[in-house]
Amino acid sequence: MRKVKDGAVTTAPGGMSKSAKMWRRLRDNHPFLIMIFPAVLIVFLFNYLPIYGVLIAFQDFMPGDPIFGEYTQWIGFKNFTRFFTDVQFWPLMKNTFLLCIIGFVIGFPLPIIISLMLNAMKSKKMSKVLQTIFNGPHFISLVVLVGMLTLFFGRYGLVNNIAAHFGGERVSYFLESSAFRPLYILSSNWQDFGWSAIIYIAALSNVDLGQHEAAILDGASRFQRVIHVDLPAIMPMISVMLIMSIGGLMGVGYEKALLMQTDGNLGVSELIATYVYKQGLTGVPNQSYATAIGLFNSVINVVLLIIANTTSKKFSENSLW
Amino acid sequence: MSVKTAAKKNSPIRLGAGDKVFYTVNTIFLALMALIVLYPLYFIVIASISDPDAVLGGRVVLYPVQLTLDGFRKILERADIWRGYLNTIIYTLLTVVLSLVVTIPAGWALSRRTLPGKKAFMIYFIIPMFFGGGLIPFYNVMSSLGLVNTMWSIVLPSILSVWNLFMTKTFFESSIPDGLIEAAKIDGAGEYRVFTSLVLPLSKAILAVMALYYAIGQWNSYFNAMIFLQDETMYPLQLVLKEILIASESTVGGSGETILEQFRLANQIKYVSVIVSSVPVLLLYPFVQKYFSQGVMIGSLKG
Repeated sequence: MRKVKDGAVTTAPGGMSKSAKMWRRLRDNHPFLIMIFPAVLIVFLFNYLPIYGVLIAFQDFMPGDPIFGEYTQWIGFKNFTRFFTDVQFWPLMKNTFLLCIIGFVIGFPLPIIISLMLNAMKSKKMSKVLQTIFNGPHFISLVVLVGMLTLFFGRYGLVNNIAAHFGGERVSYFLESSAFRPLYILSSNWQDFGWSAIIYIAALSNVDLGQHEAAILDGASRFQRVIHVDLPAIMPMISVMLIMSIGGLMGVGYEKALLMQTDGNLGVSELIATYVYKQGLTGVPNQSYATAIGLFNSVINVVLLIIANTTSKKFSENSLW
Repeated sequence: MSVKTAAKKNSPIRLGAGDKVFYTVNTIFLALMALIVLYPLYFIVIASISDPDAVLGGRVVLYPVQLTLDGFRKILERADIWRGYLNTIIYTLLTVVLSLVVTIPAGWALSRRTLPGKKAFMIYFIIPMFFGGGLIPFYNVMSSLGLVNTMWSIVLPSILSVWNLFMTKTFFESSIPDGLIEAAKIDGAGEYRVFTSLVLPLSKAILAVMALYYAIGQWNSYFNAMIFLQDETMYPLQLVLKEILIASESTVGGSGETILEQFRLANQIKYVSVIVSSVPVLLLYPFVQKYFSQGVMIGSLKG
């Protein structure tokens, strides 16, 4: 992500000792430290303090206890072994992985294809209008999106109403396990394919025109130019996005899954993250256990990210670090 | 542009039948996608102004049937929605103001090569993008800070997104010329002065993009409110909507109307509330979509 411009040249005033230079630099630039301070504080409070709070995963913790107190009981990895032997463990893993992987297989290529198609349109004006339409659903909130799903696929929703009109049987899609994943994934794509395409459209606008002209002279058709000129040009961007989405594979969309859950579909809609929420914040909270599960989930994510990055580095020039 | 002209110049020789087919198929497919995007939105609108029986009977498909504004009249009586609306407006305004105060100066500082410890700061901000403590420790921190069940539990965690910070940094790096800053300094302006009277006026685009990103984010969020707020009078709009749209049909309450009548109205209220809650965002969208796309592109420059 950040490898383009960091190497810019700095000209330091010469002829001073190293520490004197440092002091001078600090004195001259202290306003920047003051400007950056609020952001540092916010990230510390809401991102770093919770990382420290992860320690309760290794304790027998009750809400209100101090993290290092007189009576703190350290229990090692007990919460983790408990999770691995929980009857919910494999269903949760399976639900989370399947939802994310199917979502990824459909959701990753779609914006790429759409951006290539938009870029290949003859009329640029038309392409702009279509982009505006495609971006629209991104701004709909999750609550409204899931609300719309119930209005379309609920027992008395549009789909059922039309089916009933023609004498069909009403089906409560929201209570059907088998409908959860398709509804979840298709609605996510409906909402975000246009938005995710923007980044590729931006990359496509930088394609070297000379290559297109050369390909035209060689007799390439427009379709051939899409495959042999446009697609290779956005390959680096595709790699970066691929690494990023693999890193976030297990972390996505639990807020939406939570909204879509019903007693009927819980067997497939319960994800690791929704389980963490329920264990830790609802009913009789079991915070240590929930934190351990959450930690397990983030560790998987980091490992996936590292694997994806290393692999990409090995086979191509593209990597995050 | 010049590809187009080149293609046109060559067209007598080379715009074969294959290309014609390609352009046609391409356009038809994209038009179909546009239809898939637009129809659900269109349906919500026509369903909201149609007779609820016609909607439930599956007779509303392409155009409104038996026009009525009853749904909109009913929603005016829903105190919970309007209170949620007001709460959301307050939370959103606070979030936008504070987020700009935090994000913009920090982005400027991070974009300066002379920032002491720049590399350490970068790492400090990058780590949370990929690793976090998770939900429960986050909740406990909020609880220890005494923020639970206050509006600050909604506002404060939302005022800095690291993504937005890096986007701001990239904007400053690529669009404020160094020469200008140097000149101002030679004229005796200090760093604060440079920032407030030179940089800020040149940064309207990023200010607009950031304000909109943070505003939409806050307007649309429900999760933090759900876990942190117990007091219903503090609920933001999305949480009220969640109850109206997603809660089970058995929760329909009231008096004087038959169950069926209640069900009809509840259904109509759903369509109307989708519209009422999305209107501010949808009204804003066409005007700002230029900025939004710009924002993504600024962020992607580094990609």
